[in-house]
Amino acid sequence: MDQIFRTYEDKFLKNGLADLGAPLLGLLDARLSWNRNDIACAELERLFEHLNINSLVFSQPAEPYRSIVDYLAETSGGIIFPSDCETRTFLHDLPVSFDFSLESIILALKERKSVIIPGQGIITYGTVSLEQAYVTFSSVCFACFVKFFSDYLYDIKHGKINNRRQNLFDLLVKRLEPAPCFKGSLMEGPFDSEISVYQAIQEAGMLTVEHRLVDSYFGNISFCYNDTLYISQTGSSLDNLQGFIDPCPLDGSSCTAITASSELPAHLKIVKNTGNKAILHGHPRFSVILSMDCDIEKCECKGQCHMKCPYERFVGDIPIVSGEVGSGPYGLCNTVPEAIKGRPGVIVYGHGLFTTGQRDFNQPFENLIKIENHCREEYFNRVRSFGRAGHQP
Amino acid sequence: MYGWCEKIARINLSDQTWSVETVDPEILKKFIGGRGLAGYYLRKRITHHWDDPDMPLLIFTGPLVNTRSPTSGRMTIMSRSPLTGTVGDSSVGGSFGTELKKAGLDGIIITGKSHTLAGIEILNGSIRITDARHLAGRQTGYVHSLLKGKGSRAVIGPAAENGVVFSSIIVDRHFAAGRCGIGRVPASKNIKYITVKGTCKTKIFNALDLKGAREDIFRLAAASPVLLGEFGISRFGTGALYDLMDARRMMPTDNFRKTKFSRASLMNAHAFKKKYAPKKSGCRGCHILCKKITKNRTPMPEFETMSHFSALLENSDIQSVVRANRICNEMGMDTISAAATLACFSEISQKRLAPDEIVSLLVDIGKKRGVGRDLGRGAAAYAKRSGHSDLAMAVKGQELPAYDPRGAYGMALAYATSTRGGCHLRAYPISHEILRKPVATDRFSFKGKARVIKIGEDLNAVADSLTACKFIFFAASLEEYAKIYTAVTGIKTSAQDLFKTGERICYNERMMNAANGFTEKDDDLPDRFFNSPGYKNGNIDIDPIDREAFLKARSDYYAVRKLDKKGMPVPDTARTLGLDVL
Repeated sequence: MDQIFRTYEDKFLKNGLADLGAPLLGLLDARLSWNRNDIACAELERLFEHLNINSLVFSQPAEPYRSIVDYLAETSGGIIFPSDCETRTFLHDLPVSFDFSLESIILALKERKSVIIPGQGIITYGTVSLEQAYVTFSSVCFACFVKFFSDYLYDIKHGKINNRRQNLFDLLVKRLEPAPCFKGSLMEGPFDSEISVYQAIQEAGMLTVEHRLVDSYFGNISFCYNDTLYISQTGSSLDNLQGFIDPCPLDGSSCTAITASSELPAHLKIVKNTGNKAILHGHPRFSVILSMDCDIEKCECKGQCHMKCPYERFVGDIPIVSGEVGSGPYGLCNTVPEAIKGRPGVIVYGHGLFTTGQRDFNQPFENLIKIENHCREEYFNRVRSFGRAGHQP
Repeated sequence: MYGWCEKIARINLSDQTWSVETVDPEILKKFIGGRGLAGYYLRKRITHHWDDPDMPLLIFTGPLVNTRSPTSGRMTIMSRSPLTGTVGDSSVGGSFGTELKKAGLDGIIITGKSHTLAGIEILNGSIRITDARHLAGRQTGYVHSLLKGKGSRAVIGPAAENGVVFSSIIVDRHFAAGRCGIGRVPASKNIKYITVKGTCKTKIFNALDLKGAREDIFRLAAASPVLLGEFGISRFGTGALYDLMDARRMMPTDNFRKTKFSRASLMNAHAFKKKYAPKKSGCRGCHILCKKITKNRTPMPEFETMSHFSALLENSDIQSVVRANRICNEMGMDTISAAATLACFSEISQKRLAPDEIVSLLVDIGKKRGVGRDLGRGAAAYAKRSGHSDLAMAVKGQELPAYDPRGAYGMALAYATSTRGGCHLRAYPISHEILRKPVATDRFSFKGKARVIKIGEDLNAVADSLTACKFIFFAASLEEYAKIYTAVTGIKTSAQDLFKTGERICYNERMMNAANGFTEKDDDLPDRFFNSPGYKNGNIDIDPIDREAFLKARSDYYAVRKLDKKGMPVPDTARTLGLDVL
């Protein structure tokens, strides 16, 4: 078990989700083991007695998540309702327990995958592995970040920012990581072998995570080579793609890619529609936040922006489209491939950003950063236009 | 109550009587429906021999059936298995479950034995026992055609009448209650068919909440590559798994002597689609529509059938696979057991079966003639009679499905602990070991798998009891289905409350098996999986399973399931779960 614990302790730290030594990790098979001794172990052990789970994470998130999560929890009334795609699809909502009481924690975890205890941390669990608990923790942090900045922008426009929120916003802005920047270059195409394609995908995936353009579990990446689309598997971490890339023949002669990313239909259509070979899809935060900023108050599709939007929306020259994960009637595979024609990228409402390239991942990676940084700048421009914001780093 | 009808029908074939009784709401809450509720009623008679007239044949639906709950048009058929002697059940689709609810019933319990071959016809609250002597020996397709207009139909074929131990019940022509030899139970009671038709509506507690919960599940299904993706089962049928099993080098080949089929690319779902251009079809009320049927109503084989009638028999003739599938359906035989028995025969007789031989042997089995008479006893009995017990690839007497356990260790443990013998569906670890849902687990490790398998078994017991399709749980979870359950029934519940019910249902089944003498010796795999590799090329090696690691995982499973060290139920645990200790 020790190796598994070390792996996840490193992941929490590396991805900025928790500080060194913060995560308490529990795994139960026939016996329960913890990554370290903690006063909370005795209480948390009882969760395993009450819940049909096999793994658990309890940790304070690292800053800036900690302040954001605490603020949202304290002002939530018991449940936080983020409206980003990940929460809508997988988490639904985020319950809060206002104290560390076993009863109230169990009540929340019986219904949802996580519970936030303000001032103390987040508890998440898995039923098949620690990876589930880790992914949920990461998603909670992402959802709260997006919600805080998104709500702030909306409320400042409507004059609803109080001093507490303004102070927190100012503090968070100071604590924001610097905007992503990349001066090197990625493997250059055209690629002359399958091995090069695998290497190029892995390299681009790794850099996307390193630059915090996606939380590692989500996002996807593909490259089309010799009539086969090589695409990251569903639920794979973009910073660890070795062995997790599916070859998908374009003629459909094999279903091996049944384990490919949920966005395979969109990738295939993009290749077909644009002739581009490299596709990168990340979840950079300010692109997601800005995609949810809409001034149209009276809209026939209000509340359904993730499924359908009657307007053409842009950030600069980047279209913002509706679309849900996968291939349903409102799937982003119906909107992104058309919108991305002749554009450097497309933002999907509340979800993430797609970019493409013809030869390799240099252009899509560069555009991913460029668009995200433009969105970040634009976000603060919009905030500044109301005269309240501090300067971003 | 909302969701349930609160009524079950008892039919006694010996004296040709029937009655409808009210079910205690507390029992419904404790066992839900489908497999859980059928198990509750079966337990009282489980020590009877399977063909004792007092042994019930149970057909049960769940509270979600006949509502707009996603993938809920299923039901469970249960009795004591003629093949294994364990609990014997099959979850089956079509529209029988829905019609049963429309007829105002949560389930039917059939006991006794008719003097002559009979049918049972249910129309709303009324039941009629009919003379079916003219249908003796008739194939299922013929009987289905004849009964068209009488609603949904469950029919046995000549195989059941002729005593084939892996006989099935065919529902609505294309849906098989295949496993455990369940078809032999109605045959032993002299029942050829059951039809049901109704007009009742199921009362829903909160339609608005149901709509919201449905949307959550549809959203997850749309995000699932396995269900609705480009290469998912909605487009290609369950055969979509074929390429993946081959790519992961865990496709049972040549009676499990190998795990890679060299001609797999010629026999995959794409090849079937290209040759037959089938259309989408499926169970009542399901939006996934994983069943594939051609214009002339020929059903495409499911994944297990495709795999076993090709790789397991080293057969690369597509047409013969389709014919084998059709014959099994017409004769009323389980395709998995039939193919595995032929593979066992092929190995013992050291004879590769040609496509035509496969087809003619299936007919011989169904008609109980020639060598078919012996093969109709199933792989385990056939191998034993031939002095080669070790060559039957079965657990507790039930032939193994198309996932080689050497390629997925959770699957190995799940095969062993399954309460109905060699079955992939009880814990369904393929979901995480191969399909990466909800997240991927290490398929070549037993670490942590004891609890994971226990949780999987509990989950699928709930799915079979609601009743919902297991496939939807590749995308959704009990978190979403708890909302559906509450919206339909008005009973406040949670994912974890439902898990607890699943645990009760599984423990009840362990108790039934223990009552019939099943012990840890039966929770085991054939020696081949511990002694022989499946595939070796240095890139992906499919090695023999480490026996010690397997036994350790099994022992851990017993601890997690709160059984004793020998895998036997413990009275205190049973009481804690609200089960009677007899």
